[in-house]
Amino acid sequence: MNTKSMKKYSPIFVLPTFAAFTIGFIIPFIMGIYLSFCKFTTVTDAKLVGFSNYMKVFQDPTFVHALWYTALFTVVSVLTINVFAFTIAMLLTKAMKGTNLFRTVFFMPNLIGGIVLGYIWQLILNGILGYFDRTLTYSATYGFWGLVILMNWQQIGYMMIIYIAGIQNIPGELIEAAKIDGASKWQILKNVTIPMLMPSITICSFLTLTNGFKLFDQNMALTNGAPSDKSQMLALNIFDTFYGRTGWEGVGQAKAVIFFILVAAIAIIQLRATRSKEVQQ
Amino acid sequence: MEKKNKVTFGTIFFSILSIIWLTPIFIVLMNSFKRKAYISRRPFSFPTGKAFVGLQNYVNGMKKIGFFQSFGYSLWITVASVFVIILCTSMFAWYITRVKTKTTTALYYLCAFSMIVPFQMVMFTLSKLADMLHLGNPLGIVIVYLGFGAGLAVFMFCGFVKSIPLEIEEAAMIDGCNPLEIFFQVVLPVLKPTCISTAILQTMWIWNDYLLPYLVLDITKFKTIPIAIQYLKGGYGSVDMGAMMAMLVLAIIPIVVFYMFCQKYIIEGVVAGAVKG
Repeated sequence: MNTKSMKKYSPIFVLPTFAAFTIGFIIPFIMGIYLSFCKFTTVTDAKLVGFSNYMKVFQDPTFVHALWYTALFTVVSVLTINVFAFTIAMLLTKAMKGTNLFRTVFFMPNLIGGIVLGYIWQLILNGILGYFDRTLTYSATYGFWGLVILMNWQQIGYMMIIYIAGIQNIPGELIEAAKIDGASKWQILKNVTIPMLMPSITICSFLTLTNGFKLFDQNMALTNGAPSDKSQMLALNIFDTFYGRTGWEGVGQAKAVIFFILVAAIAIIQLRATRSKEVQQ
Repeated sequence: MEKKNKVTFGTIFFSILSIIWLTPIFIVLMNSFKRKAYISRRPFSFPTGKAFVGLQNYVNGMKKIGFFQSFGYSLWITVASVFVIILCTSMFAWYITRVKTKTTTALYYLCAFSMIVPFQMVMFTLSKLADMLHLGNPLGIVIVYLGFGAGLAVFMFCGFVKSIPLEIEEAAMIDGCNPLEIFFQVVLPVLKPTCISTAILQTMWIWNDYLLPYLVLDITKFKTIPIAIQYLKGGYGSVDMGAMMAMLVLAIIPIVVFYMFCQKYIIEGVVAGAVKG
């Protein structure tokens, strides 16, 4: 391609996205890092205060609690969602009447937004707990398992679709060959199917991991942190620090930076770890 | 013989599971026809006798949150943003893939990087900046969505552009086409499947997004559907559960309709997004 004649057109091709990207990402990101070292209420009155915001973050018991609560939730939801989605995908790729209809049904909840999902499950879980004279906000444990159920309902279908696509890509000869060699069903699963599915497993665990860690809407709609912030996850904790406590904006921004570093680190470590197990075809 | 039995068992098992899977939606639908007082107390009973109120909850709810307005804002913001994102980022992605300089390489990595940055990292500064630039209206938010949503879209388009053979574009260039003509007449038609996949992923995100519009828009004037539903919960002391249930149903209906018509593309989009990601 003639680069010179292309370059004349760069304003048309590059500028709109670049300008919006600058407003929507680059400036807020850089300002965000800068402001995490400042005390401020409205951005324009920012004063540098060094690391004091970061010190306050770790002295804030709600943040530390939210961190552990989020970590635990993420582990539980990644495991449950992937195990269920994988099992359903395995069963639905077998010859069976109605598989297409079942896939359609399982995927459906994924399209419903977090806020709506939260209120749907609030009604149902409160209804069930009502028989035992409890509500979702009685203890953080109920909120925890409520969120796990909600996220399973929402995400199993999505992950199932990715696993199904992966399973359908496994060459049939591989399984046939293993069968002829006398491998049991369990051996085929362990030594053929799962290694061949590593790319799907990588992406599904990546998506569930980051979705779990960044969860906000569902958390806010289902319990909004009740009782007394005990069921609050990190994203909601950051939001509350910004908009619920005056004078804490700097601390909120510092929390956001820590949150970003955590999400990025987890994402990179996870991708490295599962990518290394992928087999070359 | 044994195989046949198994298949039937599987179908029965999944039929039951599918019904259980959809139960939450039916329960909400059922409660949307019940009198307020009966909803929290007995969410699993049928709307019969005294409990049945017909469409009253729907009328109340629509009045309280201005449903049609919210629906209009949600629809406009989603359609406009997705259209602008697809158009601008596909052009951007094509350019930075074809013209290899240090700047374009840096831009590519910057876009990829932006995908792992959680919204909380930029939410405060972004909302202040949008406020300063007067982007807090249904038109301005399109620019914000283009900016914040560019990462994933550029990444997906770049992945696909790399696989298009250069020869077609070179042939068009020899025929005297300028880069704009090449893009719209040659490249864009080839990019169509990726456009659809990207559009689906962006639609699912923007339609359901709560926090970004909540922080960026002037929400005294412009409420999208998720904002309106959250407002129903927060703005009225004791929650009107009847109106809430009715509005949840109305929020789900457009999604189900969209799903029925675009199911094939949605599932392809999810798979394509996963492969590229």
